[in-house]
Amino acid sequence: MTAPSTIDIVTAGGRRGGRRIPASVSFRRQLIPWLFLVPGLVLAIVFKFVPMFDGIRMSFLKVQPFLGDEFVGWDNYATVLGDKRFIESIGNTVTIAVFQTVGAVVVAFLLALLMEGSARWLRWTRTAVFLPVVTALAIIGEVWRILLFPSEAGFANRVIGFFGIPPQDFLSDPNQAIWWVVVVGIWTAAPYNMIILLAGLVGIDRTLYEASAMDGVSTWQRLRHIVIPSMRSSFAVVLTLAAIRALRVFTEVYVLTGGGPAGSTEVWMTRTFSLGFDQYKLGVASAASVILLVVTLVLTIGVQWITRRKGNN
Amino acid sequence: MSTTTESLSTKRLTTRQGRRRNAKVVEGRFDSAMGWTPGFNATNIVRVILVILALLIFAVPFLIILSSAFDGAASSMAVKLWPSEPSLENLREAERLGVFGYLLNSFVIVGGGLLLQIVIAVLSSYALARHRFRGLGIVMALFLLTMMLPEEIIAIPLAQTIGDVAGTGLNLRGTPFGVILPVAVWGFSIFVMTEFMRDLPPEIEEAARLDGLGELRMLWSIILPMCKPVLGVVTIFGFMMIWDQYLLPLIAANSPDDYTLTVALRVLRAVPGSGSGVILFGALLALIPSLIIYLLMQKSLIRGIAAGATKG
Repeated sequence: MTAPSTIDIVTAGGRRGGRRIPASVSFRRQLIPWLFLVPGLVLAIVFKFVPMFDGIRMSFLKVQPFLGDEFVGWDNYATVLGDKRFIESIGNTVTIAVFQTVGAVVVAFLLALLMEGSARWLRWTRTAVFLPVVTALAIIGEVWRILLFPSEAGFANRVIGFFGIPPQDFLSDPNQAIWWVVVVGIWTAAPYNMIILLAGLVGIDRTLYEASAMDGVSTWQRLRHIVIPSMRSSFAVVLTLAAIRALRVFTEVYVLTGGGPAGSTEVWMTRTFSLGFDQYKLGVASAASVILLVVTLVLTIGVQWITRRKGNN
Repeated sequence: MSTTTESLSTKRLTTRQGRRRNAKVVEGRFDSAMGWTPGFNATNIVRVILVILALLIFAVPFLIILSSAFDGAASSMAVKLWPSEPSLENLREAERLGVFGYLLNSFVIVGGGLLLQIVIAVLSSYALARHRFRGLGIVMALFLLTMMLPEEIIAIPLAQTIGDVAGTGLNLRGTPFGVILPVAVWGFSIFVMTEFMRDLPPEIEEAARLDGLGELRMLWSIILPMCKPVLGVVTIFGFMMIWDQYLLPLIAANSPDDYTLTVALRVLRAVPGSGSGVILFGALLALIPSLIIYLLMQKSLIRGIAAGATKG
């Protein structure tokens, strides 16, 4: 990429020699990092930024292959926000995001409390419990779809039958499908959160436990007044990351239910996907994506801003 | 970015200190938040029962995959923890349906994508961490922005880009590059690497410079060998990120033949007469590479997550 000799001049002259750096040398020194950045920047521009601007442009167009695109102003946005199914899908997305995020953090905290420790059997269990994290979402979706098969002989129905609960339709029942999507989401995300929370637990100062024991504090009070306050930052990280990620949930829903039954699990991205790739309404689908992008950006920057301000105080 | 960097490094530090403390002391009632005590007592029995319950909840789906993959009688209605008719019937059926072709697609994509992703992370972070230049802040901001542009959000225009790269008429649809190139730049791996490289001591580098080492040699033989721990983190997270891709292979494919194995599981479902056994055999095949990587690189994975890593 660069001839070694030029760099020798740069470093020998610039750093140690104390001589004045000739303009051409300092230009080269400015150039070198850019040469290392070129591959990454080119790919980022072509596959991230160009599509982003294309998406924004298309969101103002009525995209018609062979006929020529037509500028329609804010029409696509009006269509998205006026589409009843879209509004419902945004509602579903928020439901899934909220319950899945909170559920996964609660379950993760219980798991972390349960499995904190350095004993070997605990380490083995943690390795096993952690499996969902390394498993591709599509696999998780397929296996849970089969486990939750809505017949009396389905695996989940046999398990609940053991406890005397009548067979359920699970993902085929419009009234409960979304909650099973949430359950599978919690199952997937909890082990990951558990690791972050375990790191938080391990970081708590042990002398606090000893001191509190002298004061005769119960386990519950210890959790309430020492553990949870000490882990506030871990919780914040886990919650915000998960909530932002959950807004663009796609794979799990697409595999588990495909948005059905009767649109009861339709989310932002599955709706956008079917608008764009099944109905070829590229302009409207782009508008939906741009709204999602803006929401994501606002949330991410908002969270950063809040954490930064807290960090300064 | 600087505050994130600080919080990450302090967090890593406390974790490490905590571990050391744990290693020294025999597990006692001040070593866990719940005050678990070892030995045969009531709370410990409750704990073991709860742990077994957790183990069942998180491990049973995997046992089901394993057992059904080799169960000739597995159907959606009857998946079992133990195969009722152990056979290799599902393997033969899966082979007939082209599952190994999908697996090959997955390998090509994950191999090429991961290699390119790591190369780009190394080159970019070397420039960002070990050089000072005008525009550094802007480049950082651009890479940060790529993290907020996941495939889902730009799916529709990205599908067009893959069919016609930046107006050059180059068509990547149906080729592995349609997936490999879009995953190559990943803000996460660039930032993790940059952060690590920034903390390397400058003395070795300066000495090497005095010896007349060029930039590429410097990166390859001085900096990279010191980056082994972070290369592990970047490798396993990159693998998981690419293996988990779903929407991208879906929109970059010309025909179902181009699908990766994870995407193809949905195709298998639609084949008439194919039972859950075949799908779960495919799932098992798609699971094995992840398991191998996980067991080999568990430490890197935990390190990455504890350092505040994100999965997406």
